[in-house]
Amino acid sequence: MAKETIIRFDIEAPKIALKIKPGQFVIIRVNETGERIPLTVADKDAFEGTITIIFQVVGKTTALMRSLNEGDFLLDVVGPLGKAAEIENIGTVIMVGGGTGVAILYHVTKAFKDAGNHVIVIMGAKEKEMLILENEMKAICDELVVTTDDGSYGEKGFVTMPLERYLNERDDIKMIYTIGPIIMMKNICNLTKPYNVPTMVSLNPIMIDGTGMCGGCRVKIGGKTKFSCVDGPDFDGHEVDFDELMSRNSQYLQDEKDSLLYSIK
Amino acid sequence: MLEQEVRLLKYKTYLSYYCPHCSTTFNVERQDEKSLIFNAAYKQQDLVVKLSPYLDVFDTKTSIPVEEGDMLDDLICPHCKKSLINHEEKCEKCGSKVGEVIVSTQAKLIPFYFCVNRGCDWHGIKKADQKTIRRKIPRQTMPEQDPKIRAHNFKEVPYGYTSELALLEADRCLQCKNPKCVEGCPVNIDIPGFIKLISEEQFDAAARKIKETNLFPAVCGRVCPQESQCEIKCIVGIKNEPVAIGRLERFVADYERDMNLVEIVDIKKSTGKKIAVIGSGPGGLTVAADMQILGYDVTIFEALHEAGGVLTYGIPEFRLPKSIVNFEIDYLVKLGVKIELNHIIGNILTLDELLEHFDAIYIGVGAGLPWFMGLEGESLGNVYSANEYLTRMNLMKAYKFPEYDTPMPKGNKVAVIGGGNVAMDCARSALRSGSKEVNIVYRRSKKELPAREEEVHHAEQEGINFHLLTSPIRYFGDRRNMVKSMECIRMELGEPDASGRRRPLPLENSNFMLECDMAIVAIGNGPNPILFNSAPDLKLNKRGYVEVNEETGETSKEFVYAGGDIVTGAATVILAMGAGRIAARAMHEKLSKI
Repeated sequence: MAKETIIRFDIEAPKIALKIKPGQFVIIRVNETGERIPLTVADKDAFEGTITIIFQVVGKTTALMRSLNEGDFLLDVVGPLGKAAEIENIGTVIMVGGGTGVAILYHVTKAFKDAGNHVIVIMGAKEKEMLILENEMKAICDELVVTTDDGSYGEKGFVTMPLERYLNERDDIKMIYTIGPIIMMKNICNLTKPYNVPTMVSLNPIMIDGTGMCGGCRVKIGGKTKFSCVDGPDFDGHEVDFDELMSRNSQYLQDEKDSLLYSIK
Repeated sequence: MLEQEVRLLKYKTYLSYYCPHCSTTFNVERQDEKSLIFNAAYKQQDLVVKLSPYLDVFDTKTSIPVEEGDMLDDLICPHCKKSLINHEEKCEKCGSKVGEVIVSTQAKLIPFYFCVNRGCDWHGIKKADQKTIRRKIPRQTMPEQDPKIRAHNFKEVPYGYTSELALLEADRCLQCKNPKCVEGCPVNIDIPGFIKLISEEQFDAAARKIKETNLFPAVCGRVCPQESQCEIKCIVGIKNEPVAIGRLERFVADYERDMNLVEIVDIKKSTGKKIAVIGSGPGGLTVAADMQILGYDVTIFEALHEAGGVLTYGIPEFRLPKSIVNFEIDYLVKLGVKIELNHIIGNILTLDELLEHFDAIYIGVGAGLPWFMGLEGESLGNVYSANEYLTRMNLMKAYKFPEYDTPMPKGNKVAVIGGGNVAMDCARSALRSGSKEVNIVYRRSKKELPAREEEVHHAEQEGINFHLLTSPIRYFGDRRNMVKSMECIRMELGEPDASGRRRPLPLENSNFMLECDMAIVAIGNGPNPILFNSAPDLKLNKRGYVEVNEETGETSKEFVYAGGDIVTGAATVILAMGAGRIAARAMHEKLSKI
């Protein structure tokens, strides 16, 4: 896919493919010394028995995954994990995705469309080359807006600009569902709060087991501690403490660098 | 040293020497100039002992370090530091002082005297009433790694008994006709039975005796709280210290495994019925083994990528080596048990879906949802639940980072909140991974510490600090939102609460700051809701645990059984095994009637 840093895997996992719902995730371990990383599923094919994940190469594990070839095996794939996104026919919804978050957004968008909603999709990327799933998204939504930070494609700027426009122009928006970088989700929530539009966010904190056992993925929702893996990953965005999530997610940055350096040596 | 040699050294019965005061063996391997080496030969029931002050005369590893000088004024036991000189006796040849040690042959204990004057080779034995001398044998300690050394490695702390120590300890058992210890054991192991076999040097038969009722003696011998179960009931313990049942259990299990004497038991004819076990912890493994042996086709479903449950992700290597857990799991696989890893029941398959494929189900998922205290700053970086910390260290092998990819939680000053075995495990793991200072913060006093005495003792030896009657009230972070300190308050004990322990009450104006760049919250776990969300018809109690018929372990759903922490709340390995055994028996009875 885009620029060789965003990669798509179709993984044969028939039991998971049969059960997984939009918004749920899987945990993957590539090899014996590998870590467990959570990845939200972008699509599934229950008939073929496959699930699709789309990820960006950012660290050691994702770099290792890039080195795999078609037909190779992953050591462990476990799922489905987390609660499925709550999908009902509520009218008009805006789906906002940024970066590889668009991949997960695709799975949820499809479900909202299938439930009979009028679906508006706003998707953003750094530049044209980093844009993913545009055609696929176009095929399933009613309105599509694309933004790029550098203006190399679609509207120049962030996803919040067209979102604000929609919020000002239309008063029938029942819900906003967003997934992407934490800072983007935070800005969207800050934007939508005065409009009083329910905004769901899909969080991706650091976790180990993904089954509620470690508590590493704890996030503060309305002042209460929740576990993202069993209580989420979807939460009411207006209640999420994004600053805490950001600092928790950055606590291993140095370790991640060390790990990558070690593997290069 | 080759593995085989180690085994032989450990299990070959040598003639051995004990300190008459502390009864610790003198098998200290010291070959320096200041050591007095003596050798003994044992021939057809007669004891012929040669003693030499010269190092190169005899090829033996048995030595007593001597303080200084050629003329021996004193001999000091390296363990209890008491003098080995017996002032009531004198050398019959030169009149010098004599030293006394106890020599143990296979069946006898003999006080042995020897002249401490260099050059004089007089030695003698004194006939002793075996009953009197035996009563004097104190409880045998297990040789273990030096605290200073082990505080920096993850190797197991005790080496386990040698054959001599096991024989000596086994001799302390009174072989009661009405053994109270058996009553104290949750699975009623024939304790005097297996100890008698040890005395007869039938170590492997002893292991098989235990396995009639407990399949995992190597695990239980290590992690069971014997001091509050079997050993507390031991009659010897009324006047002296009780027989070290746990250490003996561990010894025979290790012997059987190390000497490759483990046999696969006979499996009954297939019943054609299938059993699903959810969770591969101690309870699940017990049910699986019992049912497989009874002729059922058993499949275990495990959520994580390795089997063993708390034995694998929770209990650290230095307390329960993973090689032992893996050995037990391999044994189950050899019995024919199937293990499906990475299967989260409730999500990938519901209980009802399982019931379509299996005749009965056992739920042994444990209590796996960590509790937090809800304090300010608990979400700061480097504040962990004990579960996360231990899972990273044990299951993900973070202590081998960066060879393994999962980052290791690290801090120079670590605070562990809680006083149970898990808290001790966390504290000792932190010390082993390079933390300079580890503080345990517990709100009650030392007497109420829920951890095993042995664990507390080991932790203290290794240099872990205990802040008792202390409770954290908030955490403070640095610029990067990493924890840097903890505000604590002193407590005092009030009236007993529902648990029978005295309730801790905060002392006003006793707040103080404790520096810590890592904090681990080890205050317990609750039930995990994943399984129950998909089975709303499964009856739970008020605390969220599964309700079962206590006699059978059956839940409100027919053919669905449960046991262990998911029924009782966090408890012990052996109680989970006991619950598994009850359920297996009931399951078999019910399924046999169909």
